[in-house]
Amino acid sequence: MEIEAKSHPLDRYLRAERIPHIWCPGCGLGTVLNCFLHALEETNINLKNLAVVSGIGCTGRVAGYINVDSYHTTHGRAIPFATGLKLANPKLKVVVFSGDGDLFAIGGNHFIHAARRNIDMTVICVNNYNYGMTGGQLGPTTPLEARTTTAPYGNIEHPFNLCHVAAASGAVYVARWTSLHVRRLKESMKEALNKKGFSFVEIIAPCPTAFGRRNKEPTGLETLKYYKEHSVIKHGIDPAEADIEMGGDIIVGKFVDIEKPTFDEAVHELIKKARK
Amino acid sequence: MKKQIKFYSGNIAAAEGALVAGCRFFAGYPITPSSEIAEHMALRLPQVGGVFIQMEDELASMAAILGASWGGAKSMTATSGPGFSLMQENIGLGAMTETPCVVINVQRAGPSTGMPTLVGQADIMQARWGSHGDYEIIALSPFSPQECFDLTIKAFNLAEEYRVPVIVLMDESVGHMFEKVVIPPKDKIKIVERKKPTVPPEKYMPYKAEDFVPEMACAGEGYNVHVTGLTHDEKGYPQATDPEVQDRLVRRLCDKIRKNEKKLRDIEEYEMDDAEVAIVSFGISARSSKAAVRLARQRGYKVGLIRLKTIWPFPDEYFEKLADEIKKFVVVEINYGQIKLEVERNVGRDKTFLLPKMGGEIHKPDEIYRKIKEVYNGN
Repeated sequence: MEIEAKSHPLDRYLRAERIPHIWCPGCGLGTVLNCFLHALEETNINLKNLAVVSGIGCTGRVAGYINVDSYHTTHGRAIPFATGLKLANPKLKVVVFSGDGDLFAIGGNHFIHAARRNIDMTVICVNNYNYGMTGGQLGPTTPLEARTTTAPYGNIEHPFNLCHVAAASGAVYVARWTSLHVRRLKESMKEALNKKGFSFVEIIAPCPTAFGRRNKEPTGLETLKYYKEHSVIKHGIDPAEADIEMGGDIIVGKFVDIEKPTFDEAVHELIKKARK
Repeated sequence: MKKQIKFYSGNIAAAEGALVAGCRFFAGYPITPSSEIAEHMALRLPQVGGVFIQMEDELASMAAILGASWGGAKSMTATSGPGFSLMQENIGLGAMTETPCVVINVQRAGPSTGMPTLVGQADIMQARWGSHGDYEIIALSPFSPQECFDLTIKAFNLAEEYRVPVIVLMDESVGHMFEKVVIPPKDKIKIVERKKPTVPPEKYMPYKAEDFVPEMACAGEGYNVHVTGLTHDEKGYPQATDPEVQDRLVRRLCDKIRKNEKKLRDIEEYEMDDAEVAIVSFGISARSSKAAVRLARQRGYKVGLIRLKTIWPFPDEYFEKLADEIKKFVVVEINYGQIKLEVERNVGRDKTFLLPKMGGEIHKPDEIYRKIKEVYNGN
């Protein structure tokens, strides 16, 4: 069957020739990308100066669909790559778009140090509780007791609370939403994009193919229903109080929004002094 | 501008060479015996408007210099064995995405933590084969502080010309040795810049190359480039299930170096005109070898030295031709036979002899001389 493709108001942000994307039905990534493109449109960022950097995994493929300078790097290394990119060209607005495994397991060390330095970049992390692309293995965010291909008896590892890690490491902006909260998510993305310094947005998103069907949520719709019933908005709370548990509430909202000098400003100030 | 005369260690000379070459971004992680390079860059880069950052590890350092290169800067890192191992992942990304950058490895004795403060030359094969998959890099080996300066400039020029990570394989002895270094006037130093696209963005094919090396558009230049470590087509888009695209890409990545071996060849021949036996060496080992050749010549042995300044790509054709003229080759290196493998591959096993050191000390000229005598007399 031939399907006639109609143009979309956000087409100019996409590499249309690369669509359809690789993501599964029911996956949250399309929604998150849509929110991001709307955020771009509403913030009027000069696309010429926007660079998107991804690591490896399903979320890692975001870079390949956005029609800007985009870099699909190695597993876990999106943040240090983005650090070099931003420091070499301070004009750039640099966004790192990657998954929970990429950013917090293999790339965890880079995440905490970029946050500590307060490198001027926005990190968007889609957290689907598992390694989706490789078939649904345990990740650093898999809730206790959840079943994955490498935790067939249920997960016995304590997961990271990503917003707590980000805040404790020094991020100046920290927010969490689910992929159901499209308007609030878009607003947070706009705030993060406009924020000077290391800003972090976590999105809890369904992965029916690799995670949901092993955990009694075989479709994306069921997971979205769960978000609807269990999300609790608590702006400004200590992110330490926002742990995620299997079957528990998901606390969402904006947790951190502070001002702090960035590494970028400091390094260019230092250069000015050294050149005198 | 007049030439300047400095008294530099090899490490400082390499850092100064990088600055002259136009390096404006350094990311690194402290490690003996290369730390002086990072320290010197931390001091000097801000003075020329460049950025220095100390990263959390060598994985990050290597990733950051790739990012900086795509941000438009000439970029570099410096390390030693254990850090070089961590960098292999993103050296592979650099080779795959054709990112110009320079990696200095001041070699110490390994494996693993080995002898952190003492000399080694055992990362020769790692420099060539360290990351997974088929790819080619360029590696240069200086044997004096002067050459640390000169070859680091050359490394940047080759990185820009070939769009490939270039490795400067120094060693602890050369890195810490102080000697006179002549800095030529600026207008006498050749500096190469990467080729930029001349077509408008809609016509630009980031990975299409007429002569093996494509033009490079950096971030913020309006070309909306997509760069990926996945197998990619000429547009830069992933084609990770198409063996034909893989074939085209991998062939070009390798051939851009292989087919330019002659151009990249850099060999110093010493007393080779009538030589019957040739020492093959590089880095600090070539200095002991040179002294040994002088010693042997004084005693009437027709022996010469082939000193490799370009280690990779290896000069196969050069050695193949020499195989007819030279009776025996003695490879002098501080490892258990790495360059020896390359030499014997070209001249034959029966003509290749090895004088190894496992690391932690350099060869003494008289032990090389004794080996020359032994090989010369057919024992």
